[in-house]
Amino acid sequence: MDKLICKCGHENPPGTVLCESCGRPLNEQEQNKQLADMRYEGTARRSQTYNKSIIDKIWNFFSSVKVGVGIIIVLLIAAALGTILPQKQYVPATTEADIEAYYTDIYGSVGTVYHALGFHDLYNSFWFIGLVGMLAISLIIASLDRFVPLYRSLKNQRVLRHSSFMRKQRILAEGPGDTDTLKKAEEKLADLKYKVSTDKNGLLAEKGRFSRWGPYVNHIGLIIFLFGVMLRMMPGFYVDETLWIREGETRAIPDAPGYVLESKGFTLETYTGEGEEEKFGEAIDRVGTVAKNYQTDVVLYKIPEGALPGDTADMEMVEEHAIRVNQPFKFDGYALYQMDFQQDELKTMSFALQNKETGESRGDLTIDLVNPETNYELEDGSVVELLGYYPDFSGFENGEPQTATPLPKNPGFLVKMTTPDTPDGETSFITIQNTVEPLGDNDYKLAFQGVETRDASGLTVRKDRTLPILGLGGLIFMIGVAQGMYFNHRRFWIQQQADGSILLAGHTNKNWFGLKKDLDQVTEHASLPAYRDQQEDMEAQEKREGEQLT
Amino acid sequence: MTLADISSNLLFVAFIAYLIATFVFGGAVKGNKKGTYRSEQRWGKVAITITVIGFVAQLGYFITRWMVTGHAPISNMFEFTTAFGMTLVGGFIILYALYKTAVLGMIVLPIALLIIAYASMFPSEVSPLIPALQTNWLAIHVITVVIAEGILAISAAAGLIYLLKVIDQKKKSKQRFWLEAIMYSLVLVLGFVVTSTFFTLTNYEADFAYVNKDGQPSEITYNMPAIFGMNEFEPMTDGAFTPLLEMPPIVHAGKLTTVLWSVAVGTVLYALIRLIFRKRISEMLQPFTKNVNLQLMDEINYRSIIIGFPIFSLGALIFAMIWAQIAWSRFWGWDPKEVWALVTFLFYAAYLHLRLGRGWAGEKSAWLAVIGFVIIMFNLVAVNLIIAGLHSYA
Repeated sequence: MDKLICKCGHENPPGTVLCESCGRPLNEQEQNKQLADMRYEGTARRSQTYNKSIIDKIWNFFSSVKVGVGIIIVLLIAAALGTILPQKQYVPATTEADIEAYYTDIYGSVGTVYHALGFHDLYNSFWFIGLVGMLAISLIIASLDRFVPLYRSLKNQRVLRHSSFMRKQRILAEGPGDTDTLKKAEEKLADLKYKVSTDKNGLLAEKGRFSRWGPYVNHIGLIIFLFGVMLRMMPGFYVDETLWIREGETRAIPDAPGYVLESKGFTLETYTGEGEEEKFGEAIDRVGTVAKNYQTDVVLYKIPEGALPGDTADMEMVEEHAIRVNQPFKFDGYALYQMDFQQDELKTMSFALQNKETGESRGDLTIDLVNPETNYELEDGSVVELLGYYPDFSGFENGEPQTATPLPKNPGFLVKMTTPDTPDGETSFITIQNTVEPLGDNDYKLAFQGVETRDASGLTVRKDRTLPILGLGGLIFMIGVAQGMYFNHRRFWIQQQADGSILLAGHTNKNWFGLKKDLDQVTEHASLPAYRDQQEDMEAQEKREGEQLT
Repeated sequence: MTLADISSNLLFVAFIAYLIATFVFGGAVKGNKKGTYRSEQRWGKVAITITVIGFVAQLGYFITRWMVTGHAPISNMFEFTTAFGMTLVGGFIILYALYKTAVLGMIVLPIALLIIAYASMFPSEVSPLIPALQTNWLAIHVITVVIAEGILAISAAAGLIYLLKVIDQKKKSKQRFWLEAIMYSLVLVLGFVVTSTFFTLTNYEADFAYVNKDGQPSEITYNMPAIFGMNEFEPMTDGAFTPLLEMPPIVHAGKLTTVLWSVAVGTVLYALIRLIFRKRISEMLQPFTKNVNLQLMDEINYRSIIIGFPIFSLGALIFAMIWAQIAWSRFWGWDPKEVWALVTFLFYAAYLHLRLGRGWAGEKSAWLAVIGFVIIMFNLVAVNLIIAGLHSYA
């Protein structure tokens, strides 16, 4: 397609409707309109100009507001669907099979269908992420399609517009003027903070052009935000680990090389309803107990560089800290959060190796439930060998004992007991309430003696290097929204013809009321001819015609 | 009188003031037979004065309650919903100052009254904050959201007035049906308030034992005669009304009972209104909109969304994400409340694109504004009470 050369001599890109420079209508359709469509200044938008290649078609699809709104609506409905039943991360099951069973057990056939459709993990599904991706593409393409030509046009605009352009503006005034009319109008407009430029017999007064960029700025903010979210998938940008740490324990912090954490203890406080808290008495009585504080006191250590992994001998203390809800412990780009706790977790279990018949004990052994040993040798030479340890025994699968979690909630032990009486050894499977002897009757048993307990804290280890990007995106979005919504672009064109008469046109992208208020002041000061609102005139005309018909 | 008493008395004063102002606004609109604005202005001035007195009283309630509890009074259903009523009235006062529209007061104030009445059905005693709420972000996030929602609700009120005026009540149409459906649902809220108040005043209580969805034995107290029984229920109170129907474990029969009572009483109320006046409610309200300037209503609808949408984005998404990052270690977790905040955001984004990009103004905009309010109410009521999540309070 060729460039469009306007009568004024300006070269416009193909597809332009109103000349970028003088505003003359460049096609017949536009010439016949009573009011010019000023939304994008009559510029050549790529989507309105080309429709041949596949790229054109894709471009045109995504640049459409209709399509954009369509994507928003579909996304909105999809997001809402995911709240009908809880998402899988809020369900008390960990394995895929258990999760599936949970939906069926609790929600019946509705749950089965919900799970089968993949709605239990809707926000991570390919189609949902695909929709968000389409929204991002639409944001980019729709913005470029409008921004580029609009920018060109506003940059190229001339002071002197063609009278056909001015007569097609919504605000129009025509009438006689004095020799100093232009001068006075310029004064007043400058007073009202307009940027005024003059050329020969005319002037252009403009205010708030930057508000035209508001929509594009807020879209850039959203794109930056979505980019930041995408970046989390890159290794090194995002750490999400859980660290279970018991009172008195010292553990390496997962995914934070060189850092070691010691727990001094976990504290749970509840509201007492006494003293200062007396005012809460009624509420506490109604609901039972209300938690006041969850806190883990920790000490952070750093292993010097060059030390062997696991070598904790020369680690240096960095800081003591209390981690509470809403008060994460931040260090070196990491943050530790108080997320969960387990009170009175089993620490050790003690047993006596007893002869079943006589009840005679060959000695005691204590099993550490977090770091059990493989062999426990008793004084008289008897040995208890731990063949298998299942911290949270959940039943047998194919004859194999299973553990639901790595936490010692319901420990199960598969042991081989060897004594001088039974040199071949006897096998036994022991849980808290039950003992199974899988290979026939044994002479000896492990008799339960006692437990020790302690509190454990569930901490989340987090590093998120995308946060500054997300913050920037949010900030730019808010700036763009404010820019586009709370400011508006106002322009007046005034020309004095050879015979001294005045032609005035006004345009704003929103808030015509404000524009008219400005113009009232200028009209008074410079004795301009009275203006009219051509759109309101047209509407009044239509109304009158409508009334005549009825 | 303790500070706590002063606080609840101020709320009562506010409620009464809004109630009186509703009628004065109604009178101002109705009395203006000639369509001149002089008489409307005179009574409008009286009405807005009473409204402002009510608003100041409610602000007094808010501040004194803050002093009593030691935290921003927006931490449970009662407090949040009451504050929503307050910001709704606050938003109206601002728009009245700009546009002097008595008819807007006639619609907004009864809605605010209903919202405050609804709020008072929840436990209103002073409650302590759980650890997750102990931060200044509670005040920052929730107050921003409640202001935004109050302003957005004004756009729905303006939309409603627009629809009351333009929809032809003589001709059967989808529009006429849905408009009346909105009126009906407002009466249902009244039904809930009436039922709850009745059974609270008569001290109705019945305890039941039941088996919950995890198979554990539990107990529940009904404050209304149990129509639906919980899974495997056993009455524990002598002479209690025996439930007519037992529900499966995932259905909270206690809440369902409350809903059914409210719907039943609300429907009876609605039927009585129809029987007495022989007119649809929207038809009764239509004469009040005779002098309404449609363009102005459309402008108020759009203007309140322009003000409300950025505040909502800031409070319900940006501040929410900052707090979620601090409290829960992730800025976003697809919790139902988060999702519905996003749904609200997307909905108003669609509204703005349709209006600015495709010229959807007037009646279309009015419907959208009303739907926006429905989404906000869904997020407030249903997501808190039905869909369990991290935000379920009260």
